[in-house]
Amino acid sequence: MVQEIGLDQLIREHPFFEGFDDAALELIAGCAANERFDAGQYVFREGQPADKFYMVRHGTVALEVRAPGRDSIVLQTCDDGDVMGWSWLVPPFRWKWDARAVKLCRLVSFDGICLRGKLDADPALGYAMYKRFVRVIAERLAHARLQMLDMYGVGKE
Amino acid sequence: MDQAIALKDPMVPAPFRIERVRKELSDTFTIDLVPAERRRAFSFLPGQFNMLYVFGVGEIPVSISGDPADPETIVHTTRAVGTVTNAMWKLGAGQTIGVRGPFGTSWPVEKAEGLDVVIVTGGIGLAPLRPAIYQILSNRAAFGNVCILYGARTPEDILYRKELEKWRGQFDLQVDVTVDYATGRWAGRVGVVTKLVGRGGFDPHQTVALVCGPEIMMRFAVEALAERGVPNERIYVSLERNMKCGIGFCGHCQLGGDFVCKDGPIFGYDQIADRFSIQEL
Repeated sequence: MVQEIGLDQLIREHPFFEGFDDAALELIAGCAANERFDAGQYVFREGQPADKFYMVRHGTVALEVRAPGRDSIVLQTCDDGDVMGWSWLVPPFRWKWDARAVKLCRLVSFDGICLRGKLDADPALGYAMYKRFVRVIAERLAHARLQMLDMYGVGKE
Repeated sequence: MDQAIALKDPMVPAPFRIERVRKELSDTFTIDLVPAERRRAFSFLPGQFNMLYVFGVGEIPVSISGDPADPETIVHTTRAVGTVTNAMWKLGAGQTIGVRGPFGTSWPVEKAEGLDVVIVTGGIGLAPLRPAIYQILSNRAAFGNVCILYGARTPEDILYRKELEKWRGQFDLQVDVTVDYATGRWAGRVGVVTKLVGRGGFDPHQTVALVCGPEIMMRFAVEALAERGVPNERIYVSLERNMKCGIGFCGHCQLGGDFVCKDGPIFGYDQIADRFSIQEL
């Protein structure tokens, strides 16, 4: 028998949400939905309103930037378990990059507009959520800096 | 074949005939060598290096990247980045170069038996680890989970790509590859190799980690391994310094109290943790 894991349980078990109490988890789960993207489909596009964030259940999403007359440049990929997107927290709430499903992706989306309201109304919950996103942002920044170092660049004899 | 013969007079290069030179990447090539005199053949351990001498040009240390079970042919992969390596790439089959070695310490493959093995490597750092991978694969049942986590600059810079693809197709290996830069045509991962450590299918408390790549990469890889819970005494790194004599006489490759050519290039991380990120060393 195939057992389907509910969103509630999925969120509860994800390390990102570790430490939230039941009421907070219920509230967060109330803003969550399952979404599916086929390979090549865009999850979001640069400049569009950033009204969600995502958790990758399965698949690979490429965060990329378009450049006229050349192939898009992939900045990073997000895979199973990754939390993706923080533009919903930062004015003017627009996506900075494109997000493209590299292969079939199953994501959990979280309604940012709904959550923003709830986080504003409950500063303790807002602080707890920001702390988690700061960790994600710091990790991405560290990784981006390592990529910028061009570690595998030409060495010497 | 006797290692003692090769090391009898370790400062005198033995003539080796180039059997084949093949291009791996735009700036990287592999050279296959066989001894000009059969008595100069030697066995080697994974992780060891040779001093390769292009006559009239110079001598450089290069890790052995072939199969330790097939020491008839000594295989080296290197990048053409200077006078000696550029001259070496121009040589062809049938020409001769000088070989001194093998030198240095080896990857602790036998010590890893019964444990999981995670190999974290980047760029040309895969070359010194390939002999260890061959040795593990030749005795696969002796190990637990084996993960190879490899990072390259771009998809075009993935070393031994066909071999990685073959290993990935095996049911008893986890092979994850990521690149730092890619266009939308690349369907693999983009990001730093250290991120893969968090996803590796190994039990951190029962794992031996073998790490080789640029030192900045290794530093962050060690950090990621420690975050997963791999103890320092089971993390091994390969260091590169200015090796000249290969036997700890000249002191060019001194790293604090160790000579990288003799006490390394493979070190237990716990041996060198205090010196690992000192800029002056």
